[in-house]
Amino acid sequence: MLPWLIEVILFTVLIVAALVALGLRNLLAAVVTLNIFSFMSATIMVKLGAIDVAFTEAVVGAGAVGVINILAILLTSRKSAD
Amino acid sequence: MNEVNRDLLLRRHMEGPIVSPIVHVCCRGLAPFIQITGLYVFFHGHYSPGGGFQGGVLLAASIIMLRMSLGLADSQRIMPNRLPIPLAALGALIYAGTGLLAMLWGGSYLDYSFLPLPMLDPAMLRYVGILVIELGVTICVMSTLISIYDNLLGS
Repeated sequence: MLPWLIEVILFTVLIVAALVALGLRNLLAAVVTLNIFSFMSATIMVKLGAIDVAFTEAVVGAGAVGVINILAILLTSRKSAD
Repeated sequence: MNEVNRDLLLRRHMEGPIVSPIVHVCCRGLAPFIQITGLYVFFHGHYSPGGGFQGGVLLAASIIMLRMSLGLADSQRIMPNRLPIPLAALGALIYAGTGLLAMLWGGSYLDYSFLPLPMLDPAMLRYVGILVIELGVTICVMSTLISIYDNLLGS
């Protein structure tokens, strides 16, 4: 198994998730896609050996920021206007 | 339509629990495990990945999850609404106070080996000092995140 192949897969999923999150009109789905982005970035940190950074990214990016984004959607509009 | 939907969600959050029993039971069952994980991460922050910030975010996530599922009224017993801001101030005070205490006893700021605890050698003093610092960070991060959540909902 090639050692860099898993990083290529992770980076592909990361970039695809970021592009999908930019293009989605449904903001709730965009938040979920951003959580996928955050989780993939945490996994890349694990692969690079930075366990502490990966832990922070997983806890903050996929936990707290997701909740706060969902709250912001609750307070404004569900659909993107542009 | 959107306004009505938003008002309904906010009112449901203010007044009572979400009516789905599955969400209710899952959140109430999951919260203690998240809190135990947060405490583990906090106490083992010296020599393994983790620390005060991550433990505090985990504790805050459990309480925010209870706020979302139980509603604001029922979650008052777990974390009252007026508590987060004083707790955040207390956490910052613990952090700065430990540093200043070491400074008053002759060291530099945050030099734990000068803490005024007798019968402890400097290595043990550093061990205790970093634990106290992490305690302050944990309390501050947890209560700040909860107060951000409360303020976003305007309560």
